[in-house]
Amino acid sequence: MNQRIKSTPARTATPAPERARSTGAVTARTGFGDRFSSWQAHHREMWRESWVRFFASPMSSGMTALVIAIALALPAALQLGLTNFQKAVAGWDGQPQISVFLHKRAKESAVTSFADDLRADSLVAEVTYISPEQALAEFQESSGLGDALLGMDANPLPAVLLVRPRSSDGVSLEALAERLRESALTDSVVLDMAWVQRLANLTELGRRMSLGLAFLLALGVLLVVVNSIRLHIESRRDEILVVKLVGATDAFVRRPFLYTGLVYGLVGGLIAWLLVSIGVWLLAGPVSGLANLYGSGFRLDGPGFTYLVGLAGGAALLGLTGAWLAVARHISAIQPR
Amino acid sequence: MIQFDNVNKRYESGQDALGRVSLEIDRAEMVFLTGHSGAGKSTLLKLLTAIERPTRGSIIVGGQNLNRLRNGQIPYYRRNLGIVFQNHQLLFDRSVFDNVALPLSVSGCSKREVGRRVRAALDKVGLLHKEKQNPIVLSGGEQQRVGIARAVVNKPALLVADEPTGNLDPKLSEEIMGLFRQFNAVGTTVLIASHDLELIARMRQRVLTLQQGQLIYDGYPSREPAY
Repeated sequence: MNQRIKSTPARTATPAPERARSTGAVTARTGFGDRFSSWQAHHREMWRESWVRFFASPMSSGMTALVIAIALALPAALQLGLTNFQKAVAGWDGQPQISVFLHKRAKESAVTSFADDLRADSLVAEVTYISPEQALAEFQESSGLGDALLGMDANPLPAVLLVRPRSSDGVSLEALAERLRESALTDSVVLDMAWVQRLANLTELGRRMSLGLAFLLALGVLLVVVNSIRLHIESRRDEILVVKLVGATDAFVRRPFLYTGLVYGLVGGLIAWLLVSIGVWLLAGPVSGLANLYGSGFRLDGPGFTYLVGLAGGAALLGLTGAWLAVARHISAIQPR
Repeated sequence: MIQFDNVNKRYESGQDALGRVSLEIDRAEMVFLTGHSGAGKSTLLKLLTAIERPTRGSIIVGGQNLNRLRNGQIPYYRRNLGIVFQNHQLLFDRSVFDNVALPLSVSGCSKREVGRRVRAALDKVGLLHKEKQNPIVLSGGEQQRVGIARAVVNKPALLVADEPTGNLDPKLSEEIMGLFRQFNAVGTTVLIASHDLELIARMRQRVLTLQQGQLIYDGYPSREPAY
């Protein structure tokens, strides 16, 4: 009985500590502004800390980033190759051209009037006349077989009319080719259309294959990130348990891992860009040499700023998504027991 | 402060850990919870810290009904609680200061406020001079004091301790109990699970005894030596 009587007044007789406790409870509730700035501070800290963690184990994080980089560099390089290819063939693409080879005995005056007739045609945009002499000169220049031709008595090449049609749709092209064939001066008509279409189809095929590859490899990147983040979560299991017990929300627990995923992706994307740049730099010499041989001024385009932003941004997004998948699955499974 | 009303806890394994436990602990009380291992002490603490949910019955802590607590609300509930663990659960990858600061950074306290409160808590447990050290270099008693500092840094209304002196020698245990008594003296409700009957007897506080999930004793053992 004594105990009870002694201890109870002891507590009520000292109101000062009671007041101290109640102020404590009041200050324990932090204001919204305070919470927001500390939320921001936590984001900043996690961003910084994820970089520190990344470089704290450079081997394993470097490997993960490199795997991401290689997986992303492949489709990026393919895409860049296609863009360059399209640029190289830009002179021919889309615009079909009809070559009309004329009979060798056709008179020049007849040919010019035929060309004038064609220019007046509504289906025709442009007609270029190449005389046998011009054709020979051009051939000698570009083929390097000039000496062989010099030995011949007569010029073996026919006169050619290069006809560029106004429209490129199949029906009107066929109609125009048919009319050209009907002319008495015409020996043969070659429609370059088939070749152009083949090229377009090939480009489209390449584009779709690179898209498919990009999709598969992005999936691979996602899995790599999910797995790395899962290992991170496992290695910090004790910490997660403790912070959950002292009142951490799931968002608080998730944050460092999401930033880690983001950093993995970002670094992977930057390395991927670097890999593609190095590849272009290595190929630039031979490609421009080849272009010079064909008398073209074509130069290989490197992965510019858009590639840098696209690769780094896309990879960071993939990293974040992968991390999100990993934390959604594994963090809720870690509960204090 | 704490109100258990016919609380029943049956684990999924079918084991009944607590059966029809009813108890009431007032604000600013200091209470010991005792019993053999497997008697239901840790289950009771788990219910109190919202780690587990009761199968039947209701638990009200500080006016909040834990049965109605949604999962998303649990973190906010725990912020009003100080928990001290037997194995102190300190993180050895950071300093003493950062360990104690954990509940504050979790609840979004400003940096200045964190520094002030962490130092106040470390000062109370007499470890202010060790704030920069890694807890791994501290002795067992000091580690437990860091654990206590972390539990009280939020100035919780309720302090729950699970075997806080489990691994300590009697002298250190006495020190730790002295700390709990100090926090209780300023109005914190303290609930300590312990099987150290000798120590509990010396503390002369209210004791709850569990046996096979039943509350078999609730009183002041110093006045009832028959216990």
